[in-house]
Amino acid sequence: MAEKQPKPEDLAQVDYRPPKKGWMDPHVDFRKGTYCYSALAKNIEYLGMPNPRDWQPFNADWKLPPNWKQIILDGMKDRLEKYRSFRLFMDICVRCGACADKCHFYVGSGDPKNMPVLRAELIRSVYRRYFTPAGKAFGALAGGRELTEDVIKEWFYYFYQCTECRRCSVFCPYGIDQAEITMIGRELLNLLGLNINWVIEPAANCFRTGNHLGIQPHGFADSIGFAVDELEEITGVRVEAPINRKGAEVLFVTPSADYFGTPHYYTLLGYLQLFHEIGLDYTWSAFAGEGGNFGLFTSHEMIKRLNNKIYAEAKRLGVKWIIGGECGHMWRVIHQYMDTMNGPANFLEVPKSPITGTVFENAKSTKMVHITEFTSDLIRNGKLKLDPTRNDHWNVTFHDSCNPARAMGLFEEPRYVIKNTCRNFHEMPENTIREQTFCCGSGAGLGTDENFEMRMRGGLPRANAVKHVHETKGVNVLSCICAIDKANLSTLMEYWVPGVEVAGIHEFVGNALVMKGEKERTTDLRGTPLRGKEAAHA
Amino acid sequence: MSALYSLLTVLVLILLAYFGVASAHLGVLFGTVIPFAAIAVFLAGLAYRVVKWANTPVPFRIPSTCGQQKSLPWIKQGRLESPSTALGVLGRMALEVLLFRSLFRNTKAELRDGPRLVYGENKWLWLGALAFHWTFLVIFLRHLRFFMEPVPRLVNLLADVDGFFQVGAPVLYVTDLVILAALLYLLFRRLRDPQIRYISLFTDYFALFLLLGLAGSGVLMRYFTRADIVAIKELAIGLVTFSPVIPKEVGPLFFVHLFLLCVLLAYFPFSKLMHAPGVFLSPTRNLANNNRMKRHVNPWDYPVKVHTYAEWEEEFHDKIKAAGLPLDRE
Amino acid sequence: MRDRGLIFTGLVLFLGLITFPVWYNLASGTSSKPPELKLPTAEKQCVAPTETMRMSHMEMLITWRDQVVRQNDRTYVAADGKRYDMSLTNTCLKCHDNKAEFCDKCHDYAGVKPYCWDCHIDPKLVQRSKG
Repeated sequence: MAEKQPKPEDLAQVDYRPPKKGWMDPHVDFRKGTYCYSALAKNIEYLGMPNPRDWQPFNADWKLPPNWKQIILDGMKDRLEKYRSFRLFMDICVRCGACADKCHFYVGSGDPKNMPVLRAELIRSVYRRYFTPAGKAFGALAGGRELTEDVIKEWFYYFYQCTECRRCSVFCPYGIDQAEITMIGRELLNLLGLNINWVIEPAANCFRTGNHLGIQPHGFADSIGFAVDELEEITGVRVEAPINRKGAEVLFVTPSADYFGTPHYYTLLGYLQLFHEIGLDYTWSAFAGEGGNFGLFTSHEMIKRLNNKIYAEAKRLGVKWIIGGECGHMWRVIHQYMDTMNGPANFLEVPKSPITGTVFENAKSTKMVHITEFTSDLIRNGKLKLDPTRNDHWNVTFHDSCNPARAMGLFEEPRYVIKNTCRNFHEMPENTIREQTFCCGSGAGLGTDENFEMRMRGGLPRANAVKHVHETKGVNVLSCICAIDKANLSTLMEYWVPGVEVAGIHEFVGNALVMKGEKERTTDLRGTPLRGKEAAHA
Repeated sequence: MSALYSLLTVLVLILLAYFGVASAHLGVLFGTVIPFAAIAVFLAGLAYRVVKWANTPVPFRIPSTCGQQKSLPWIKQGRLESPSTALGVLGRMALEVLLFRSLFRNTKAELRDGPRLVYGENKWLWLGALAFHWTFLVIFLRHLRFFMEPVPRLVNLLADVDGFFQVGAPVLYVTDLVILAALLYLLFRRLRDPQIRYISLFTDYFALFLLLGLAGSGVLMRYFTRADIVAIKELAIGLVTFSPVIPKEVGPLFFVHLFLLCVLLAYFPFSKLMHAPGVFLSPTRNLANNNRMKRHVNPWDYPVKVHTYAEWEEEFHDKIKAAGLPLDRE
Repeated sequence: MRDRGLIFTGLVLFLGLITFPVWYNLASGTSSKPPELKLPTAEKQCVAPTETMRMSHMEMLITWRDQVVRQNDRTYVAADGKRYDMSLTNTCLKCHDNKAEFCDKCHDYAGVKPYCWDCHIDPKLVQRSKG
């Protein structure tokens, strides 16, 4: 990284005193380290979105279309008529402030516009000014605010400083969900061609190649093949990993980071071992090779466009049902949007585990099962031979990823898998886990290098809770079921809590799984010697 | 500043009503015309807003799940925090509406040296809000004695319970104390906490001062300046039987009380006070977490441009072939 | 997905409840006429002006009670200098001898349940039981 990074001890000095000037002043200082670079024109063009051009947030001229104001107001009107959530959340906030210190960005930055209530007011004030009688008549007195270019810049800054984690919605007495407001806010900004490259490039790549990284089919096959080879070296077992195979029973979809990122990769090894060991009749797909969906960070339409591939591919391959890997926002899309957007999936069957016979009634319409649901059912039914001592070098805690937690309610399944594969497990303090879990600070497409300072600030609450169990319980690994987490928590730990690694749940499964025909395991999937096997390894 | 403007506005309203009746003898205006108008605006405005919400679709099922989902039979589901059935949703909504469940979760985050983030219990807002809303309801119901003849037994019973301690004459109602304390706390909290003060708008203070004025004028009449309640009931019954009268025994302070109520009623549909009906419609709370069990239909769903497998295979044909992956078209 | 049926049912229910007094009074045939009291015929002058008595008699009675019970002071001097015995039964009820037609009328109308009668007895009832 070219920029000089701020020191942790400096970042930890947060000034919570609100500024002298009132919040209705929209001026934003685009300070390096606290925002993301703009989307490249080629990506916007590829997706057929409006106003592709070269610009950067720190430029004075954002090259907005001449009728930008009308576009925004028309866009707001359209969405007010389409989303009860948006209209209601514009109308009913009482500004009680219960959400204020629930946002990781507020806790880490002290910027009052990062309080969810105020982030929402940025758009609500415009709503009041242009869409309510009180605001039209009384303006600022009724909380209304003129829509100016500065307001647009302010929206850009703060709507890309929200990770859509929904923590505020848990504490709001009316369930007002800032994620919903941010999603609409970003949709509006997209109408003017205001997006960030970290979101739009993966979206464009995914649309074209089937995954965020833009890996083409042969590259996909190579990486899976490489994993199969490496797994053989570690375990002595050669697993099958069919790709685009028609007639398989199950299609497996996971975020692309699993086959290209670290520490995601060890989770991938775990999946491969597991599926082989239970003899699952399944296939990968290079076309639907991405579980993640950066449409969620762009617009509802983009969610649908990108998500379309999963059911389309399931139909083409003739599978019976789908398993989804460890990913956070992917599961928000699959749980809360996929069936509505691209269903009904009548061509699929209600998921039934071929190994245990368990019917996944909870997925009977969407026909997609979370990998931890699938694995915990296998463990519960005694179908896996597990040796948890192989994870004894890990002292584990679990980070509930925002979306599986607050948009799904997936709390016990991953814990059940961890507790059956690891012997040392400690929860973080209760205000920081389950439905109250803190975001990694880099979700919703904000995980860029140029946004480093804000990411570290936003990740402070999560890191601090990890630090607590690291110091009091000796925890040395932070596990999670989200690809964005795996990438960002690694950086976050390095910054705030050195000495804590990040791992996926199925890495533990892979370590503990005793496979038929395996050689004596001396290392874990990372090549680290197992406890008591250090000598053998050497 | 907004706090001061709000206070001034409410004071002006008070003076308007007081001298409007005391000096300008506008009893008919303040005792008949404005109340009818205010009630009409309240009922029509509220209905209009709710109908508008109702006509806006809920395209996606987006509950905020605060408990374990229903999945495998041996995993205990959070039936109230992550309900998958209509009954569960009813329970979740009841907890939310009657007991302010979400507000009960409130904590206070504090960053200490280290850095060390600590989370403290913070139930005061919950307590203050709950105390205000419940006492407001009880006081509202108690007031039915002025609007109904004969007075229903339940209303009398409620007054008995409220005046249980039999302090003084007229008997002190506990709710009168509690509502003033709760409102003052909510106001104090807005003014004291720099963050809350920063986000507070004119309307936030206005609602509080209006309610304080309403409760305060009531308390003043009941316990201090006294009012001719038989005459007041005459006026009230006159309103609800559409045969308005302005008995001469009704003092100006009563008109202040009535006028503030009218302002509150007329203001209600145009303000954040709409959170009362709104809370029932919140899609993150009133939807079941049965997303993968039952398909939710988006009424305005439309086809979008997608990238089909055929297009994908065409673009990467040679590479797919070279990697040895199966092709649909050779 | 709008659940309009449910929402409109709720709205109608709310509107019905909030306007309940209207329907209730309509059903009870209530008019805005206040209760008519049976006023004493013998005495024309009360211990204080009518207006004060209408609004504040309860305060006066509480003060009387406290003075009598706690200070053993039984004399009330009215504004015009006239002296009265501080006694609900012997002073007030002497003239207003019909509790049902005087006290209760307004109290019932306004939904007030004074606890005077927890100790004091309606003289009418006493007479009737004697006779």
